[in-house]
Amino acid sequence: MSLLRLQNVEKYYGSRSSLTKAVDDISFDVEKGEFTAIMGASGSGKTTLLNCISTIDRVTAGHIMLEDTDITKLKGKELNKFRRDKLGFIFQDFNLMDTLTAYENIALALSIQKRPAKEIDKAVKTVAEQLGITEVLNKYPYEMSGGQKQRVASARAIVTSPKLVLADEPTGALDSKSSKMLLERFNYLNHECGATIIMVTHDSFTASYASRVLFIKDGKVFNEINRGGGSRKQFFDKIINVVTLLGGDVSDAL
Amino acid sequence: MLFKISLSNIRKSLKDYAIYFFTLVLGVAVFYVFNAIETQTSFLKVNEDQREMIKVLTTSISAVSVFIAVVLGLLIVYASRFLMKRRNKEFALYMMLGMSKWRISALLLCETVIIGIGSLFVGLLIGVGLSQVMSAVVANLFEADMNAYKFTVSGSAITKTIIYFGIMYAVVMLRSGFVISKCRLITLMNSGRRSEKITMKNLWVCVIVFLISAAALGWAYYSVGWNAEHLSLRKFGLAIIVGCVATFFIFWSVAGMLLRVMMSAKGIYHHGLNSFTFRQLSSKVNTTVASMTVICLMLFVTICTLSTAFTIRNSMNQGVEENYPVDFYVQFAESADDPEKPWLYKGGNIDDVYAQQNESIYDEFSEYLHFHDYIDDDFTFYDFMGDKRDEFLENNNEIYSRFNFTETIIKLSDYNALMKLYGREQIELADDEYAVCANALGFTDIYTGFLKDKPEAVIYGKSLKPKFTKCIETSIYPGMQANNAGVFIVPDNAVSENGQCFDNFVGNYNATDKKGVEEAEKTARAKWENAAHWYTSDAKGGTNYIMSTRIETVNSAIGIGAIVTFLGLYIGFIFLVSCGAILALKELSESADSLPRYTMLRKLGVDEKDISKSIFSQSGIFFLLPLLLACLHAYVGMRFGKFGLELLVVGDYIKPVLFTAAIVVLIYGGYFLLTFLGSKAVTREQK
Repeated sequence: MSLLRLQNVEKYYGSRSSLTKAVDDISFDVEKGEFTAIMGASGSGKTTLLNCISTIDRVTAGHIMLEDTDITKLKGKELNKFRRDKLGFIFQDFNLMDTLTAYENIALALSIQKRPAKEIDKAVKTVAEQLGITEVLNKYPYEMSGGQKQRVASARAIVTSPKLVLADEPTGALDSKSSKMLLERFNYLNHECGATIIMVTHDSFTASYASRVLFIKDGKVFNEINRGGGSRKQFFDKIINVVTLLGGDVSDAL
Repeated sequence: MLFKISLSNIRKSLKDYAIYFFTLVLGVAVFYVFNAIETQTSFLKVNEDQREMIKVLTTSISAVSVFIAVVLGLLIVYASRFLMKRRNKEFALYMMLGMSKWRISALLLCETVIIGIGSLFVGLLIGVGLSQVMSAVVANLFEADMNAYKFTVSGSAITKTIIYFGIMYAVVMLRSGFVISKCRLITLMNSGRRSEKITMKNLWVCVIVFLISAAALGWAYYSVGWNAEHLSLRKFGLAIIVGCVATFFIFWSVAGMLLRVMMSAKGIYHHGLNSFTFRQLSSKVNTTVASMTVICLMLFVTICTLSTAFTIRNSMNQGVEENYPVDFYVQFAESADDPEKPWLYKGGNIDDVYAQQNESIYDEFSEYLHFHDYIDDDFTFYDFMGDKRDEFLENNNEIYSRFNFTETIIKLSDYNALMKLYGREQIELADDEYAVCANALGFTDIYTGFLKDKPEAVIYGKSLKPKFTKCIETSIYPGMQANNAGVFIVPDNAVSENGQCFDNFVGNYNATDKKGVEEAEKTARAKWENAAHWYTSDAKGGTNYIMSTRIETVNSAIGIGAIVTFLGLYIGFIFLVSCGAILALKELSESADSLPRYTMLRKLGVDEKDISKSIFSQSGIFFLLPLLLACLHAYVGMRFGKFGLELLVVGDYIKPVLFTAAIVVLIYGGYFLLTFLGSKAVTREQK
């Protein structure tokens, strides 16, 4: 049994007269401990898909199963509970609370689960060490670099030990050095801590850190490649190949 | 086109404007209601005294209205400045699109006019409705009948309201035009990109500042509330200034400490949304220290004004009950013809006054007492004090205790007859004994203080011992308030008839029903006026008289009570509305700015209930902080007021305070509730 299963998920926007199929009949599984990247050009529907998985948006049709729960059926309080207990979010623009310090930002994820303060302190310090942000814990977001902010956001996402970490363009606002550092941390979380990560990106380099890449075009799964046993460099080349194919018109590539 | 944009702007920022508009409407309505009292009461059938009282009431309301207009004007300028600041981005866009500053000013002018006319219209409509209720309230106060009532609209009050508010809006327009003409595009554009810098104040500085201001406030409290006997005008002014400054610094330091204290309690701080809530709150308090201070002081004034007004009103009614136990009272004396003491009146008889007109004072009364009081030039307050005088003056520096007046003396038989008439306890004295009675501010205590040591009093050359070690608490001469500043009761044979001072007459009408009483009152008054008129117009030298009746006294008591209550309500209401509006505007705009934060909390999976709770505590504490300190101030203020008002005020303080609390809860609490609901709506995600 896989951790996450999408069955014929569809998401339509607009009215009857002008219908946009943002997600058009997508199905796939994600196993526990997998690091999956979803790639696609802007407008391909990848962020919509992620929003559906994260229950921020509702699907038009289809089912999304996390373990035994059909999350498309959740409502109100259950939804909130699901989000805070089972999921971790990482956003492109960090979405840190600007009035809170890094420590408090990370702690917030635990305190809204009503965990005792002692446990919170221990958990925050552990995760800060894993992500290399111990020295910025008492700083405010405006005092940190983009990379540090994103690592704080990642710490907030995983400190609750969620079943699934969802990252929406996590490197989108970072320079290449910070990106690399962050992605290495993702790998660490994935391998050492066993976190299951789904990451949306349009950047091949970022995607090459994943163990598996899904390509989406016009709301459909266009291709899927696995890293297998090869090096990251080889995987990167493979991704580039698909992207080239994906980027142009299909007939051009043929 | 301009009109269309303004209208859509208003519609768009309805959430920001709603509470502003609401406040304007309230302001207009209250302004109208109070200024329309004159017209609203013109139909009431009231007697001369009451009409006079209503006149005084409307005149004082007119005077206070100027002050109210200034307060409202400041509020409107503050609010419009605040709302304009929030629209800097919008103005930047207009400018980038090539709109001239003139056109933007015209746009703003258009908006202000729309809001102004709208608020005036709605406010006047509500005001006209409420003022009908006011008619009933005034009629009830004066026990006038409402039969002649008809729906009234006061043209003069409408004109006045329009002129006053017109001036306020004009000031706002000029101001915003000026601001627009001065602003630069680049600053407007950058204004949205405010750096959310969190400046934590140094904890120790905060603690020290807090301790110093608390100590300063303590000093001010002590000197005003507990040590008021030694308060000079200069010290009083100093205490007020110290109190205001200390208030500011208390808010300043509490803003810094609040968060630190909460943060140190990790268990609480990292529970649910507490960390978020307290951060929001502390940043709010940090940026509003000045407004908080003003609001706190305004609340303080409001609470004091309202409770004092209610207390005075209550005691006015009670005072008459206690201090005017008969229906009719005349006091009369002729000039002493003493060139050295031209103010001195001595001797004379009321019977003579009436006799000149072949009238008699006694006809209308079923029971009465006609008695003289006496003075002994050699028996003054200082004489009574004897060698205790220096010590006493050292410790008491009120003006009334420094005046060396001749003590008033009455015969024991007159005293007992009077007490019988008043339905109070009579006393017995041996031939060498005296007693003292008083009930005016402080005098009971002063005389009791002396009587403890059993001082001998030398009256008309005869030495008398005090019978009691305490001063008897009663009034002698009927009045609206406790006015007996000390009367010596001596055995009948101890007085010298040469010392006759005033001739007094007190009596109850020879009537049982209300109508009979009114009839008797009319006759008694007419007779007196006739007699006194003749007597005083005669070139007979000076005479001095007092004539009062219970009905007249009750009416003026009601009148004074009504004036004080109306003025208190007027000021209190406007102040409360202003305070509520400032806090509400601030809180609502903060909430709107925090929308992304709430969106993020929702993404993290925080329950709506918890968000709601967080917003509730944020606005709750924000509203509560100034109120708490204001209550503390008001407690001390009322202690002082109690001291200062003892001359006027009797009776308990509980009811007035409860009334005040109810009004504060109603208006201030209402604003809090609106703010809470508004904030909740603003922070909800738009779908």
